[in-house]
This record gives sequence, C-alpha cells and structure tokens, in this order.
Amino acid sequence: MEYQQVSYQLNVNGRACSIENVEPRMTLADVLRDVLGLTGTHLGCEHGVCGACTILLDGRPARSCLMFGVQSQGHEITTVEGLAPDEEHLSPLQNAFWQEHGLQCGFCTSGILTTMTWFLQQNPAPTRQEIREALSGNLCRCTGYQNIVNAVESASQHSQQLHSEAKT
Amino acid sequence: MAIGEAIKRIEDPRLLVGKGRYVADLSVPGMLEACVVRSPYAYARIQGIDDYAARACRGFVAIFSAADLPPDLPPIPMRLTPAQELAHALQWPLARDTVRYMGEPVAVIVAATRYAAEDAAEQLLVEYDPLPAVASVQAALKQDAPLLHPLLGSNDVHVIESRKGNASEALRHAPQRLSLSLSVQRHAAVPLETRGLLAVPDEHGRIHVYGPTKVVHFNRSVLAEMLHCDPALIHFIETDVGGGFGARGEFYPEDYLIPFIARQLDRPVRWIEDRLEHLMATNHSREQYHQLTVGFDDNGRLLALDDEIWVDTGAYIRTHGVTVPDLTQAMLPGPYDWPAFRLLTHVVVTNKTPMGTYRAPGRYEGTFVRERMVEGVARALGLDPTVVRERNFITLDQMPYTVGTRGLGEEVVFDSGDYRRALARARQHIQWSEFAGRKSQARSEGRLRGMGWAFFVEKSGLGPWEDASVGLDARGRFYCYSGLAALGQGTETILAQLCSDRLGIAPEQVRVVHGDTDVVPAGNGSFASRGTATGGVAAYIAAEALKQRILTVAERYFEASAADVRMEPEGLSVIGMTTRRLSWQEVANFAASIGITLDVSERYNAPHMTYPYGVHAAEVEIDAGTGHVSIARYLVVYDVGKAVNPLLVKGQIAGGVAQGLGGALFEELAYDDNGQLLSGTFIDYLLPGACEVPDIEAIITEDAPSRHNPLGVKGAGEGGTTGAGAAIANAIADALDAPPDAFTSLPIRPAIIRRWLRQAAGQGSRDSIE
Amino acid sequence: MKPPAFAYYAPTNLEEALRLLHELVHEQQRDVKLLAGGQSLIPILNMRLAHPDAIIDLNPLESQLSYVRRAGQTVCIGALTRHYMLQDHPEIIRSCPLIAEAVKLIGHAAILTRGTIGGSIIHADPAAELPLVCALLGGSVTLRTVDGSRAVDTQTFFVSYLTTSIELDEILTEVTLPTLPPRTGQAIEEFSLRHGDFALAAAVAQVTLNADSTLADLRLCIGGAGPTPVDCSHVLTSLLNSAPSTEEVKDALRRIDDELDPLEDIHADAAYRKELAQVLAYRAIDRAWQRARAAPVNGTARDD
Repeated sequence: MEYQQVSYQLNVNGRACSIENVEPRMTLADVLRDVLGLTGTHLGCEHGVCGACTILLDGRPARSCLMFGVQSQGHEITTVEGLAPDEEHLSPLQNAFWQEHGLQCGFCTSGILTTMTWFLQQNPAPTRQEIREALSGNLCRCTGYQNIVNAVESASQHSQQLHSEAKT
Repeated sequence: MAIGEAIKRIEDPRLLVGKGRYVADLSVPGMLEACVVRSPYAYARIQGIDDYAARACRGFVAIFSAADLPPDLPPIPMRLTPAQELAHALQWPLARDTVRYMGEPVAVIVAATRYAAEDAAEQLLVEYDPLPAVASVQAALKQDAPLLHPLLGSNDVHVIESRKGNASEALRHAPQRLSLSLSVQRHAAVPLETRGLLAVPDEHGRIHVYGPTKVVHFNRSVLAEMLHCDPALIHFIETDVGGGFGARGEFYPEDYLIPFIARQLDRPVRWIEDRLEHLMATNHSREQYHQLTVGFDDNGRLLALDDEIWVDTGAYIRTHGVTVPDLTQAMLPGPYDWPAFRLLTHVVVTNKTPMGTYRAPGRYEGTFVRERMVEGVARALGLDPTVVRERNFITLDQMPYTVGTRGLGEEVVFDSGDYRRALARARQHIQWSEFAGRKSQARSEGRLRGMGWAFFVEKSGLGPWEDASVGLDARGRFYCYSGLAALGQGTETILAQLCSDRLGIAPEQVRVVHGDTDVVPAGNGSFASRGTATGGVAAYIAAEALKQRILTVAERYFEASAADVRMEPEGLSVIGMTTRRLSWQEVANFAASIGITLDVSERYNAPHMTYPYGVHAAEVEIDAGTGHVSIARYLVVYDVGKAVNPLLVKGQIAGGVAQGLGGALFEELAYDDNGQLLSGTFIDYLLPGACEVPDIEAIITEDAPSRHNPLGVKGAGEGGTTGAGAAIANAIADALDAPPDAFTSLPIRPAIIRRWLRQAAGQGSRDSIE
Repeated sequence: MKPPAFAYYAPTNLEEALRLLHELVHEQQRDVKLLAGGQSLIPILNMRLAHPDAIIDLNPLESQLSYVRRAGQTVCIGALTRHYMLQDHPEIIRSCPLIAEAVKLIGHAAILTRGTIGGSIIHADPAAELPLVCALLGGSVTLRTVDGSRAVDTQTFFVSYLTTSIELDEILTEVTLPTLPPRTGQAIEEFSLRHGDFALAAAVAQVTLNADSTLADLRLCIGGAGPTPVDCSHVLTSLLNSAPSTEEVKDALRRIDDELDPLEDIHADAAYRKELAQVLAYRAIDRAWQRARAAPVNGTARDD
C-alpha cells in the first residue's frame, strides 16, 4: 500500500493548529498528545470504554481514541488544558474536585472534567443519580466515584448559588 | 497543619489542569517506540521466528528475541517472600524455547513510532508447536498433567502449613461441623494507566529510566544485576503514576528489556503497554480454592478450623514469590480466638498469566472465606451473625495476641485492637436491630433485601526501615526527601502534612522529593500499606529533629527561650515581641553563618508490622426477575490507629470498596480450557462504574493506636477492599435466605442468582417471569 | 493498539462517495470500509481485527445525510444522523418515540455524540438497540449505488451476526420508519451488567388496542438472543382480540423460549439469557400496554 500523509488544521482550545504530514490513521488522541503536546488527554484503553481520552467536540463529549485526527477538521476541540489557564486559576468544577478530594492518581480526571463540564451546562442542577449516570462513561479505579459525585454536586450548588445571588 | 486535619492535597492543582506527567507523556528527541510481541498460545514450543517481512516494514529499526539477549542473563528474581526451590520457576524476560502463558513476551520490535512497531509486529512470523495447556488447578494436579517446570517435579510447587493446637482432634470432638468449598476468581489491580517505560542512554554510559515506581531502589539493583553494570550507572525517575494497587512497579520482563534495548541501540526507547497487553501481561491475582471444615459448639463458639487451600499462581513465580499464599494463610484466622487450626496452602502453577499482589492480597480472599463461613455457622445455628462474631473475638485484654501463623517472614502478632467496639459502632450506625423489619417490609413489597457482614484484620507497615531527610535549604525553602513512592494515593500530601505539623508551616511549603534514585539514595518504596506507617513516621521524626535545630538557631538569634519562639508559615517570631521576626530565608542564612546544618536524616526501623481492623456491612436489594444486585447501603468502620488526614483515609476506603465490589460482582479474568484469556478487553473485563458503586459510609476510628510507632498510625490503604467480597456475598445470601453452601464463589453474577432462584424454587413451580 | 494503515478518502458529496466506492470495489478490487460514527469500527481497527485497504469517511456528507423528515405515515432519518440528535428531536419524540427511548440506552454521552443510526444498523449487532427497534417497527432502509437505489425491508435486512444484505458497493443513506399508529404504545427494556453497557438481552414491544381495549396487535422482538433480532410476534397471536390477564401474557411468553438461540459467554449462559428475555419481554409489553391505554384514539400519539 502506498504511504499516505495528510496535513490539516485543527481548532484546539480556541487556537488554530497546523498538523503537518501525519498519517491519516493517527487518532485524534495521538495527534493531541504527540503532535500538539497536549498530554492532559490520557489513553486508558483505546477502545472507547474507559473515557480517559474524552474531549469536547463542538462542546459535546467525544472519545478522542475513536476518531482520526483528520476527521476533526472544522470542529472545535476542547481538552482539559482548555478548561483553565493554569493551576492558579482553576475552573469552579476543577476547584470543587480539589476541595472534595475528587481525584487520586489523576489519570481519569481529564476525561471526567471535560464530560462533567458539558454535563453541568446541560443540567445545571442535577441530582446525585443524574450525576452518576452522566459519569458512567468514565471509569475511575481510585476514588470509588463518591468524591467525584460530591465535587460535581458541590460545583453545581456553588454556581446555582452565584446564579441566585446575581438575580437578587 | 496539624495531624488529623482533612487538608486538600498538594498534588491536585497540577493534575487538574492536565499538567500531570505520566510516562506516556514524556518524549525525547530521537526516541524510538517498542512493541512487545506476545504468545497467542497458553503453552507451546517456539519452532522458529521469521522476521523477513517485519524488517521490511516502514519505520522498522530493530527486533530482539531471546537469542539476542546475553546467554548468561539470569531470570527475574523474587523480591518478597522468596522460596529457594522456586528459582526453577522464574521467568526470563523473553521466552527462550517454550511459552507458558498467553501474553508471554517472545520478541520486542523497535520502530520509529508505535504505529510502525505494531505494523512490524503483525508481520513477524513466529512458528509455534502448541502443547496441551494446563489451564486450571484441577488440570495441573492430575496424575498425568504435563509439568510446567520439570525441575520442580510437580505442578504443586510449594506448600505452606500453619498449625495451632490439635485441629483434627478438636474437630472430631466438636458438637457441630460445617464443611464448605469456597473460591475467589482470578482478577487484577487494573490501574487506569497501563504500565510504561522510557529508557534514555546518555553519553557518559548512564541510563535514565522514567516510569519505574513503587520500589525503585530495589528494582534498580535488579536491573544492575541483569545488565551486569554498576547500579550507579542506572538512574530511575518516578513520574506521575496512574494507580498501582500492587501490580504496577514490580520488576516485569519489560523492565529489563527496554533499558537493555536502549543501551544496545544507544537510542531512547519508549514502551507504553496497551490495555490488551495489560490484561494478559501485568500480574493477575486472587484466584484460589478453599476446602474447609469448621468445628463449633451450639452457642457458635468456633473450636477448630481445617482449611486446605490451592492458589493458582500462573505460569511463573514472579517478584512476589509466594507472598499471596503466604499472606492468605497468615491472616486467615482473622479476629477470632481459635483454639485450634490447621492451614495448608498449595502453590500451583498453570498456563496462565503469573500472579502477584493486588490490594489486600490474601486478605480479600481469606476474609471472603472466613466471613462467609462464620455467616454459615450463624445460619446453621439460627444465631445473629454479629453475635457469633462477638463470641469469638480476640478480646482487648488478650492484646498483643499471637495468632499462630507467620506472614512476610514475621510471626503474626496483633499489636492492638478493640474488635467488639468496632462491631458495636457498625451495628448501631446501620441500625442492625431494625434490619429484620426492613427486610420483611421489603419482602412484603416484592423486594429481596439482605444484609451482609464482614469483619477483617489487616496488616500494614512492613519494615524493615524507611528513610527521610527534612531540611530548610539555602533559599529558605523546606524539603522532605523520602524513600517512598507515590502511586496516586497522596504520599506527597501526607509527608508534607507530617512535616508541617512539626514545623508550624503550611504543607504546600514543603517540597516533597521521592522516586529519583540520583537524589534519594535509598528507600524501600510504597506497598503493603507501609507508606505512612514507615516513611511517614521517619518524616515525622526527622521534622521534629529539624524543629529542635531550628529552635536552637532561634535561641541564638533572638537570645530568647525556645519556649517563647513561634514557628509560623512566614518564619520565626518571639511571643510578646512583635518586632522580632525572622523569615525562613533569614533563618537559613543565620544558621549557615553559625555553622548549624538545617538538614536532618532519620531512619525509622519498623521491626514489626501493625494490624488495623474493621468491619464492612452491606445492605443489598435483588431484582428477582433479572438477578440484578443493587447496593442500598454500604458501611465501613475502619480503625487505623491514627488518621493523619481523614479526607485521604476516607478516599482510600471508598476507592478500596469499589475495587472489592468489582471482585464481588463484576471482574473476572476468565480462561477457557485451552488457556485462552476470555476477558482480554474492557468490554469483557468489567470495572465497576459510577452507577454500580454506592456512596460509602465510612467511619474512621482511632480506638487502638499502634504500639509500634510514635504516631500510633496503622496503614489505611487496603481495608476498604478487604471485606467487600465477603460482605456482598453474605448480603446476597441473606436476601435470598440461602444456606451456607450457596454463593461460595465470586463473582456473583446475575445469572448465578437467577440460577439459584430457579433451583430453589424447584422445577417450574416458581414463576420465572417477575 | 494503533490502527493499521489504510488509504483514506473523504468525499464531500454522496455522488462522489458512490463513484469512489464503485471504483475501489469493482475496478481496484479493494477491501473498503465505510466510516460513519466510528464507535464500533474504530475499536475494531485499533485492535487490528480488521485491515481494510481503504476507508471512505462519510462524515463530510453529514450536511447531506443528517436529517429527520416526516413524510405521511413515515419518518425518514438520514443515515448520518447522530444518536444524540435523535434523542431529543421533536419530530422523533412525536412520531417515533421508541427511537428516542432506544437511543438513550445505546451508551454514554460520548458515544451518542459520534454514533449514527446508519452505522448502528449496518454494524448489525443483534443485541444493539436500533436494529432491534427497526426490526420491530418495520419500514425500510435505502441503499444507494452509483447506478441507483433500492429499499430493503428492515425485517429482512439483518442476515446474521454483524451481517446485513447490503452489497459492497452500496451506501445506506436513509432509514424509513412508520409513525406511531393510533391506540398504540411501544416500549424497550434491556438488561446490562453495568449502566450503559451492551445489553445481555433486550426486548421491544408494540401494543395496539381495539376500541373495546382488547388487543388489536401485539408485536415483540428480542435482541441478544440469536444472530439477528428475533421477531416473536407470531407466537403471541393467541392473545389477540382479547384482554389477557397478566398470567395469560406470562404463559404465552413461555412460548418465545423456542424462538431464541442466545450465545453463551463468561457473563451469562444461554438459559439465563432466555429467562431474561422473558422477563424483559413482559416488562416491555406491560409498559407498552400502559402507553397504549393512554394513547390518543386517532393520529400519532403525542401530536401536540
């Protein structure tokens, strides 16, 4: 088979990025990690089950191991690196994870943060059961999920509180 | 921050923004990537390897098979619990002429990228002559079974025996006896990050290896021996780690192969295990079979136990030696004051992935067996299962209590414990006295509700020693160097918190350094719930000694009594003199000027292990139509002697329960009769998800501080897992009012519950459609 | 776990895609895979269980093939319509609510983002939700070639495990399903070991009532119990034109046992899957029945 390479543009975390001369079979996850150096997106299974590689594709969660990089031209991609500028400026959700001990090894955390960022936009005041269902596509081996649910709940309550304060 | 405060972790902000550095995140210029070619057969002779097509692949760089390794290469040695004769069953990094499990490394291909390496691996032709596989303990023990390691003369390669009193006599005279067969299935740690290594040779003949963890100093010495080089030429650097749980960080074949190949090629080589490899190559655990008879009287007093155990250890003896069988037997007696027992454990080799430890090794299995059995005794007598436990507990005044077994080379002596009190707390918290009412209420509404108990004793704090260096550097910053490893459990926070408790500073002011063999010269690493109870104690002692030195400096500077000096995050001050302050930078400068070194190294020797304990209670509901089990409540009471950071201890408990629950209901590394792994993907190997794990009610108690260390701490890492299999199985059996000989093996899948319901109802008499 | 090399094509309109497919299949004799949402195909590629010479990425055709249109008593769904779009689509909820209900069971949000109805049907996993629903509802799929198109009945489209009657040079472009009839209720029930997993077994039912509340029509399909979705409606005909009791329905459901031939694996044996099928069938019928009773007497349900 002839060797094929492609070049394309991606929009990642609000920035236009040029991907030069890569094979079309390169998954989006590998393009993000190995070409763009955005190693916050992790690979835990590469068959779509664990959710560690979940990014936001036009705002919705998607498995970056189950897409080729070349397919994401024309879409807006958000990775964990796009959720906050740095450690000093965590998003309310990230901060809630810190407060509630919602992570241990941190490996699954990126995919959970992207998924939950989307989820709270969809459902700003979820029940614990709704949080658990929304989390069910992301495996965590350390926490037993409880503190993750606590963190999402706390972030939601915090933003509800801000919301109601803003109204009054 | 004081010991006992639930402070946030210092590790987290970095991890939360995606700046964690796991080994797969590292790359260096000129780096090559490796792919390990593994045996598709459980048992076969290698007839030949044809690499012609592989070499023609784009990006191919090199291939290594056993013939390319040094002829005098030794096999990978045992680290823990070695048994001399088992040297004949050790694994070489690459299979030499025979493969003995599906997934055994046969060759390594190195290429420009992992994609290219996999392309070449697909083109590699390995000719195998398959042999009949020995795929179970039963098959291994048959008279005519092929011998996996002929020099050992049997597939039953090692036997461990423990006796207390005369068990056979006691059993003969016991008023009641119950015989049971119980088993725990093969499952594994399965951290979410797979293993990986990056080996970088430099121009000075050194090799820098990123990715080792857990026991870096030990592993460096093993690698030095296998490479025949000076350990000083090997530099191990621990990266961020995506969970360990016993499996990660042991010395595996790749831990030799990747540095060896990098040296051979004089190029950086990275190998990142993929999930399919992980499930067939990284240590399995847990699989064991128990055949027991327990003798007791009509009041439920346990009189004697005879348990014969067979542990399926897989194809080779790996670094853990016979740790899992050893600990199974050592801790099997549990919290009960047995007058007599005889325990006999067989270590059996089979054509399956070798086994090692997994969180609560031997105790998860042994607790399942013992607590399911005790529940059976209670049911046989119609007694309250908590009362039967209570009647048999080792009492407070029997502590320290010599169990009559040995574990990890020590006599097992429980240092402290108030088991009655822990059980009483649990009963009260879960409203046990009202449970019968809840159960019958649920029954009347067509729901099957059950409660299961499991009491456990854990072990922790394995020595022999751990080091810590705590100091204030020339720039006025504190540091703590430790021989521990961090695998995601919060080691850095705990060490920083212990230092800050002594020094009056904030935890984030302490730079914790670990896992780099160039900077930390020695250490025993993190495993067996030893971190806080050994390295933590060392850091605490070192910080206290540093504090005394700082106070000496302060006395000299302020010309005041040490009692009046305050240590604060900003520096030193003197009570009542607001103008007299010294920043930490100034402290460092002044100390240097008067020749006082603000660096203290301490070695804490831990001659004895320490034994935390607790109880699990699970309340479940079963959908009789589908056999689905939902967990309505789950309680863990865990006495850890002293909780340095309760937030992290609770995190360990909740995470531990989730893993134990996985083993109880979902996870199995199943094999067919040919030794083919049937659950080699995450589609079939089922880690519990957010909807399967309930909120855990965790009660941390400090009733029984350890007698062995100044903090009174006991390890907290494993007890969340230990009792989960037993508690859930007991709860299911209770919900179904099943007899002691039902639900004696894990995992308990819906299909098994439905089968039991079907059989219990008799042919056709029960409506199967709920 | 990196996919093998393949030639990648991303045609920007359907006609071009059909021409390319024709050329690769007939003139170059290449093994071609069509890539839609990729949620089944890419894991297979990552595990190197498939080695296509070429992949034609259909995603650039999304603007052409992602739609939901009502046409008389049918709903036409473009093959590249993503699952998440069907989940909340007003027309789907109004005229084909079973699809919306089934889509939610397919998997987690991230899978619904990419997965498409056409991809799911072509993959033809007998335990999957959308093939099962299509088999129950009837209707057809439209298969296009460079030369023309044909419609194939969804009840005969599924041939065996992961196999349909599509030809190598055809592209599935549209799924056409009947709208919800009057006095009719539908429901899907499935059981998986974990939330969001592949179902061990699934049942879909459609109940239509006569004016006197007796059963006018009862349809039942079982998923995960054979090489294709299993239509069990014919064994339940004795219940029609009556108002069967719970016990009578359960008795009748025992007869589906002979229709089912489930696989065995480490998670469940065949006996359990058959039992599960009966339990789920009853629950699906029960819920469909309740919905039928609440359904409007004429026209499509929930025609608000």
